[in-house]
Amino acid sequence: MTAQLSIAKALNEALRKSLENDPKTVLMGEDIGKLGGVFRITDGLQKDFGDDRVIDTPLAESGIMGTAIGLALRGYRPVVEIQFDGFVYPAFDQIVTQLAKMHARALGHVKMPITVRIPYGGGIGAVEHHSESHEAYFAHTAGLRVVSPSNAHDAHWMLRQSIESDDPVIFLEPKRRYWDKGEVGDDPLIPLHSARVVRQGTDATLIAYGPMVKVCQEAAAAAEQDGRRLEVVDLRSLSPVDFATVEESLKRTGRGIVVHEAPVFLGMGAELAARLTEKCFYHLEAPILRVGGYFAPYPPSRVEETFLPDLDRVLDAVDRAMAF
Amino acid sequence: MTVKSTARARKKAAPSVPDNLQAGSAAPELVQLLTPEGDRVEHPDFPLTTTPEELRALYRDLVLVRRFDAEATSLQRQGELGLWASLLGQEAAQVGSGRAMRPGDYAFPTYREHGVAWCRDVDPLNLLGMFRGVNHGGWDPNEKNFHLYTIVIGSQTLHATGYAMGITKDGADDAVIAYFGDGASSQGDVNEAFTFASVYNSPVVFFCQNNQWAISEPTTVQTRIPLYRRAAGFGFPGVRVDGNDVLACLAVTRWALDHARTGQGPVLIEAFTYRMGAHTTSDDPTRYRLNEETEAWKAKDPILRLKAHLEKEGLADEAFFAEVEAESEKLGLRVREGVRSMPDPDPTLIFDHVYSEPHTLVDEERAEYLDYAASFEGGEHH
Repeated sequence: MTAQLSIAKALNEALRKSLENDPKTVLMGEDIGKLGGVFRITDGLQKDFGDDRVIDTPLAESGIMGTAIGLALRGYRPVVEIQFDGFVYPAFDQIVTQLAKMHARALGHVKMPITVRIPYGGGIGAVEHHSESHEAYFAHTAGLRVVSPSNAHDAHWMLRQSIESDDPVIFLEPKRRYWDKGEVGDDPLIPLHSARVVRQGTDATLIAYGPMVKVCQEAAAAAEQDGRRLEVVDLRSLSPVDFATVEESLKRTGRGIVVHEAPVFLGMGAELAARLTEKCFYHLEAPILRVGGYFAPYPPSRVEETFLPDLDRVLDAVDRAMAF
Repeated sequence: MTVKSTARARKKAAPSVPDNLQAGSAAPELVQLLTPEGDRVEHPDFPLTTTPEELRALYRDLVLVRRFDAEATSLQRQGELGLWASLLGQEAAQVGSGRAMRPGDYAFPTYREHGVAWCRDVDPLNLLGMFRGVNHGGWDPNEKNFHLYTIVIGSQTLHATGYAMGITKDGADDAVIAYFGDGASSQGDVNEAFTFASVYNSPVVFFCQNNQWAISEPTTVQTRIPLYRRAAGFGFPGVRVDGNDVLACLAVTRWALDHARTGQGPVLIEAFTYRMGAHTTSDDPTRYRLNEETEAWKAKDPILRLKAHLEKEGLADEAFFAEVEAESEKLGLRVREGVRSMPDPDPTLIFDHVYSEPHTLVDEERAEYLDYAASFEGGEHH
């Protein structure tokens, strides 16, 4: 099926395939029916699969999440769309308190094969609550799996793998990349929770996921002009993290920089830096640095470019790492 | 005018609610089939015919459930359980509704539905695991169609509604009961469950045991109207039933389940009852409620009224009551011994079942723990 698709279309195709492959798969969310979702990710699916399987829900995120749990208990495989990152908090209680813990508290007697799709991150000039990166909350919660694709191929296959998983998966969609096109192959190539080296280098390793992978790839291309060869690892999975792949890279380059949109303080970068330092201590030439958002509410869009890591901030961190 | 007196004036100006609609008032809409004196009365909307065997079986349920509950309270006092949430006073609401269910129906309990669990044939010892701290529930909910106890207030009403949505999709004629309390009626989740169930016309019965107290807060802190009236705003029927009358609870719940399973949508039942005991064994009701109130409710005891009925009508003899008493002694003993011999889990339980499929971090931490434990002399660390 190799084809050039936007991330949005690749996701749409993944949902279509999942609906076709398993009659127990149902989609739930606000405006996902006739409208096709505010980002059109579910475009045309209600028309083709009916409103019994592509369900427009009341505007109540906790209600969506809680009823999805009930449907899973009845043997269904719900795929929930949260309209925007900042709207997931009303469902946060059901996700953390119920969804994440159900399998453990039932001693494995019930499974929670629920995928929660959330468009996340900034850079689209949106109003408040539409640009947040809250992956650390979810990754911090045992019982949840957390993944984020950076390109069309991964968007397609990782979503299908997430839906097939018998565990709950928080599927974070880099909304500012929805319209980026890429080739979608006919095979996932690697398991859902594996990281991937997307650019090889020798001088330092940039570690990113979701929307920041592209920024890191651009930074690496720019650095090459200065004679620096940067490796880029697309983490893809945030719980579990494929430390083996990152570790292997870091041991070769000796320098690591984690890049994400979320605030640096207690973000994914904190855990990555701590653990990788333990694992690679004698191979490191510099402390693992972090580039991310500031410790502030996501700012008004006119200044969001200052908040978000960009090519220059990544290269500045590379300079600092190389200076050690 | 000072700020203080303004606030007082505002409070006074709030719209008044007629006495018979006060949240704490039982009159006049209460469905009752058995008076506190044990006399059978009829209700035009909820006819019920019962055989003597059925009445005796309900009596047995009520007595055994109360005995189990008392035993659990004692076990907590003896340090065998960390906590216990007693159902004392609510036996009829739970047994009546529980016995109204068909085998294919599904119950979503709070943490106090020991009587419903009994009716669903869940081993009472299963309920005690979480109160002893050896698990967080752990039974297979699908074995008896009885979900795990839910501690966060009201969350399970959404699970029940989602499950009911699934029943509709399956084209099945099962129905679901979502149990919750007067306190939970204030939760967003409960109101969202009402909305979802209503718009999807889901086969779920919302069974609210209004036991008058949410720990220390009386029902008047939760609502200005009788709780069953909330249903009208969501577009489905609401019924208030005498929660201490096992026959009324049985008849009304049976009607509601049939209403739901025949595609007519959800029902809200408010079982008007009373929490005779403390919220849990950690609570002290003497700090917030009057003894006279509790005493007044004693006269409405669910077991005494059925016993009075059985005796008045000559439906049970001394031998029957003695037999039930002996059975309850046996149950008490089984529970006591079962709890005392309940083994602590292996510490590696911590890592079991976090996920259903392998997760590298959990696997690593399990291995690290095992190495650490093995580093102690004798290879074991406790």
